Amino acid sequence: MDTELILMQLFSGVALGAILVLTALGLSIIFGMLGVVNFAHGALFMVGAYAGLWVASLTGSFWWGLLVAPVMIGLFGMLIEYFLIRPLYGRSIDDPLLLTFGLSYVLVEGVRIVFGTDGIPFPTPSALTGVLDLGVGFFPIYRIFVVGVVFVVVLLLWLGLEKTRFGLIVRAGARDPTMMRVLGVDISKVWLLVFGLGVGLASLGGVLSGPMRSVNPEMGSLVLAEAFVVTVIGGLGSLLGSIIAGLAVGIVISMTALFAPEMATIVMFALMALVLLIRPQGLFGKLA
Amino acid sequence: MTSPALAEPLPSSVRKPGRVKSLMTTYRVPLSIIALCLLPWLLPSKALAVNVLIYGVVAVGYNLLFGYTGLLSFGHAAFVGAGAYITGIAIGQFGVPWYAAVLLGVLGGGLLAFAIGALSTRTRGIYFSMVTLALAQLVYYVALQASSWTGGENGLRGFTVNKINLLGYDINFLDPVNKYYVLMAFAALALWVVSRILNSPFGAAIEAIRENERRARTCGYNVERTKLLSFTLSGTICALGGTMSALHLAFVPLDSLHYHASGMIVMMTLLGGASSFFGPFVGALVFLVMEDVFSLWTSHWQIIVGSIFVLFVLFLPKGIWGTFLARFVR
Repeated sequence: MDTELILMQLFSGVALGAILVLTALGLSIIFGMLGVVNFAHGALFMVGAYAGLWVASLTGSFWWGLLVAPVMIGLFGMLIEYFLIRPLYGRSIDDPLLLTFGLSYVLVEGVRIVFGTDGIPFPTPSALTGVLDLGVGFFPIYRIFVVGVVFVVVLLLWLGLEKTRFGLIVRAGARDPTMMRVLGVDISKVWLLVFGLGVGLASLGGVLSGPMRSVNPEMGSLVLAEAFVVTVIGGLGSLLGSIIAGLAVGIVISMTALFAPEMATIVMFALMALVLLIRPQGLFGKLA
Repeated sequence: MTSPALAEPLPSSVRKPGRVKSLMTTYRVPLSIIALCLLPWLLPSKALAVNVLIYGVVAVGYNLLFGYTGLLSFGHAAFVGAGAYITGIAIGQFGVPWYAAVLLGVLGGGLLAFAIGALSTRTRGIYFSMVTLALAQLVYYVALQASSWTGGENGLRGFTVNKINLLGYDINFLDPVNKYYVLMAFAALALWVVSRILNSPFGAAIEAIRENERRARTCGYNVERTKLLSFTLSGTICALGGTMSALHLAFVPLDSLHYHASGMIVMMTLLGGASSFFGPFVGALVFLVMEDVFSLWTSHWQIIVGSIFVLFVLFLPKGIWGTFLARFVR
């Protein structure tokens, strides 16, 4: 086994991990703020990929799909929060979870009705095809692009949360929503925006992963399980945890694929079990 | 003089049950068995009745954990599937007699439930649902990879049980009515066991944990051990449902391990009503009849079932049977 192959596989793991980071961040932000585990997250990832494909085929440009689809699905997420999840606040924490699970059935079946049950190939945009020679090996340009986009999005997210007034409200609202109400902040508007943001991140992940795996109605169910594994390892509600665990899981999956392909999907669950044994609250999670 | 606080009526869960309700609780097992005896003659097909029986057992077993212990597991398909696979492998590849294969399936499923429960009950609150889902997916991918044992993506075949020898009599197991009543004996046993568990001090302890975990801990209950025991018992009963389905279908599809199958169990339980003993059985009946009817109209029946489920979570969280009991039975 030569180092070049290992390096390439390592990089593929980083690209895979970058997508995982996006989905897990969305899940984690929604949970940290609203206390809701969004079981429709995988389905919305899939809907995002289809929306990207649809916009790209309408406009003839991948870039419009990449820009418009996450915004579109993010707005759709806001509708979900407003009409379906909002009535459940104050009830058992299991209720929003059950509702979003039912919703994922509706979304998957809805996509099957509109786009058919078979997978659709998602062409890589022509500007991003090919490989780049970095001296140590050849790396697919599209994957480099994915890692770059995720890096920029995470950076913007971090700046938004740490340096802006809205970010301050979000962080304070996650700690004590009642106090924010007393201070005169309409916290329900913040919840609406945060849910939309989380869903938008999931669907951005969907669009980005489109050219890497084909787009089909079932693609969300593996994504949901992966996002759960990442957030459990990183600690639910911890953004840094999602980022580190997402990259780690991506790298572990693709390195296992190199040495023992049949273990590739199994290994991340084993990693999660190990973390649960040592630190049940996750690597960066606080004790509940 | 009574203080105003005492004059207020107690919530319905605390109020002393009326005559009908207490009779229904005392005789819940015989009443359920009577309902099961009539079931195949009320439904359009015997195969549907057998399915209701199997998923009824699964949902009632699941509800021990969800409704009574208050833990929302998204991984119970793993135990149903483990029961089915172990029974199928024991009969098909080792030539074990059917009753021993059933026993092996139930024990194996229970053991798996113990292992997954030991890991997942370490977590609290909302983590629990995510961890059970992820660990059950691990079982799914292991079954997919171990294709020489499980048949991988094609599922497990080749273990048809034609005849069952019972007390010297040969019973033709391919006859749907015979099959129903043989499997009903298992269902009746499962219902009796769940009822016994709920009537025991342990049953009171799990409900205490559901109502207030911290208070139960303060009262001296070992919360972790009680949860783990409840998880294992619930998984064991689900495994019985799995072995029943293996005997019925002579086939174990790989999808029976997927978390969508777990979600189906959750849906059935909630549709019927997680707060009642017989509710999950009603839920299984309603879900499977809906599937039967809607799939005749459209291959996209899941969109209807999903929407109905969403409406139930929003407007009827007690489920069909639970709402019926709360409204009409005192």
